[in-house]
Amino acid sequence: MIEVRLFAGLREGRGKVFELEANSVSNVLDVMKHFSIRREEVNILLVNGFHQKPEYELKDGDVVSLFPAVGGG
Amino acid sequence: MQARYERNVPALSEAECALLGSKRVAVIGCGGLGGHIIELLARVGVGYIKAVDGDSFDESNLNRQLLSETALIGKSKAQAAKERVQRINPDVEVTAVEAFLTEENALDIVSGCDVVMDALDNVSARRVLSRACEMAGIPYVYGAISGWVAQCAVSMPGDGLIEKLFGAEPEITDKSVLSFTPALCAAAQCALCVKLLCGRDVQSGQIYYFDLLNMEFENISII
Repeated sequence: MIEVRLFAGLREGRGKVFELEANSVSNVLDVMKHFSIRREEVNILLVNGFHQKPEYELKDGDVVSLFPAVGGG
Repeated sequence: MQARYERNVPALSEAECALLGSKRVAVIGCGGLGGHIIELLARVGVGYIKAVDGDSFDESNLNRQLLSETALIGKSKAQAAKERVQRINPDVEVTAVEAFLTEENALDIVSGCDVVMDALDNVSARRVLSRACEMAGIPYVYGAISGWVAQCAVSMPGDGLIEKLFGAEPEITDKSVLSFTPALCAAAQCALCVKLLCGRDVQSGQIYYFDLLNMEFENISII
């Protein structure tokens, strides 16, 4: 299984924590597609607590955390 | 030491208080984040603040920008920062720079400062500021807010934090900001700034992420 954790505004209309079958997604881009999250909406993307690129290949047991872009001041 | 700094001690040593009085900080943006940052740095006793903003107040600023007042609508944000600091702590020297940060002026603006505070409201200006700080070899304290969410970090010259954070062109979907979100972010940024100025241990490349709606706080290693 792949655990997916969504943060802040990315939870709206989706939820907080999910589990996906490991064979249903190959990389983080697939995870984002599964939740209808566009690349531009995310600015911190972690796999097992480490910053990764969206193309990062996932394996069973990985934990993906997605944080929304924040840019105001 | 002056009575106005007595309550800084012992959280800060007397030597650290004296050190802060000799330090120079540029605050880029005098809006939601910048207003709080300038207030906090002036009160803690940073000796010199360069307040930079080419904008003037409008009514939509009043829900969150500490420096904004009904009577100041249409007035310069940078000038308002200078006048407020003079009322709070006349020992602090303030230069008001009534200009927006650009590729052309960024290096001039940050040069000679010990720390640069990011109080900007857009990603492209943050890239410009980050590059200028890297060229000048100055630590950069990042801060950004949206709705209920704030994030901040220390970026040391050459660590590429801003490029990593905003590698792809981000889309900010929530353009709202509540009154308390910039206050919290500015407080965290100022704590990082004071630690940098005092030579205390500060980790660069750590994003401190605050979600005030869900009361969740994360410490994320990004480098």
